Amino acid sequence: MAVRDLSSSSSSPELHVLAVDDSFVDRKVIERLLRISSCKVTTVESGTRALQYLGLDGDKGSSGLKDLKVNLIVTDYSMPGLTGYELLKKIKESSAFREIPVVIMSSENIQPRIQHRCMTEGAEDFLLKPVKLADVKRLKELIMRSGQAEEGKTKNPCTKRILQDDIDSSPSSSSSSSSSSSSSSSSSSSSSSSYHDDVSSLDDDTPSSKRMKLESRVHD
Amino acid sequence: MNTVVAQLQRQFQDYIVSLYQQGFLDNQFSELRKLQDEGTPDFVAEVVSLFFDDCAKLINNMSTSLERPENVDFKQVDSGVHQLKGSSSSVGARRVKNVCISFKECCDVQNREGCLRCLQQVDYEYKMLKTKLQDLFNLEQQILQAGGTIPQVDINETDTLLNFANVQG
Repeated sequence: MAVRDLSSSSSSPELHVLAVDDSFVDRKVIERLLRISSCKVTTVESGTRALQYLGLDGDKGSSGLKDLKVNLIVTDYSMPGLTGYELLKKIKESSAFREIPVVIMSSENIQPRIQHRCMTEGAEDFLLKPVKLADVKRLKELIMRSGQAEEGKTKNPCTKRILQDDIDSSPSSSSSSSSSSSSSSSSSSSSSSSYHDDVSSLDDDTPSSKRMKLESRVHD
Repeated sequence: MNTVVAQLQRQFQDYIVSLYQQGFLDNQFSELRKLQDEGTPDFVAEVVSLFFDDCAKLINNMSTSLERPENVDFKQVDSGVHQLKGSSSSVGARRVKNVCISFKECCDVQNREGCLRCLQQVDYEYKMLKTKLQDLFNLEQQILQAGGTIPQVDINETDTLLNFANVQG
């Protein structure tokens, strides 16, 4: 059964995930991981293709190739052409798609400051490759939960770059989406952002399911 | 109890455990096996087949880049190693991945000789793994044809034995 709109379904809806990776092998694996987790999957091989799929490639007239709303974007970080980070930025810059959670995948070579940069830019999560079933299950639960919490909420029109200190994940049980609850967290002048893992009850001891936990920082 | 099936299952079990123990495969391979079911009985075989195709292509490209000593495109080699490391990691091809680690180090210091050795080694390792996995998949087929089911294998016990030093180039 096709689900057209996540928010309109009361039963457990299927997420439609857009997976972006330049590696054929990785695309096949992530596709299977997502399908086995009851998600609909569309895979594309590059950031550029992802933007085309969403209709964000600058062709103003196009409504995109997608037939189903995308509920989650999972992208590799290091890709030729548009990197995962650049793709993330473009998505968060777009009024149509900034609310879609974006998850970055990368190998362990990625430096913490790059993870930090992605989270600051509004990435929902950072997955270490190779991605495992437990990671995808955890991710799905995260997204489903924040998706339900999103219903009825007014969206904060400000982007992450303007209000970097609004990225506090609410410690409440409902939502850990980076774009939600910004209004409820303080936008203090000495910004202290901390990313809390609200789903710490889930299996967190597999090495690849690490979430970034940042201590509070002061930045000017 | 069908003893033919039982024998084949035992053979399969022993063989796959030995592959883990000898460091050919790591935990990610068992993660891939979890994704296979009656509806997708060839999933793992398909993924590794893609991986081996990838290996052949990348090794060929890197070989070309390394060919002329006076004109090595280390950036291209590095890119190839990066991709190979990524995909080997994704399928659990442990030895291949480990060679890639050494390979990257040679690339970083622009050591052509070292790179050539690593290239040779990675070629050897992927072909070796291809043979081993073919044997494994053949065993699977034999079990299924004999009417049995493929055993689940818990590699947690074998994990502690997987303390191999990096394969050197």
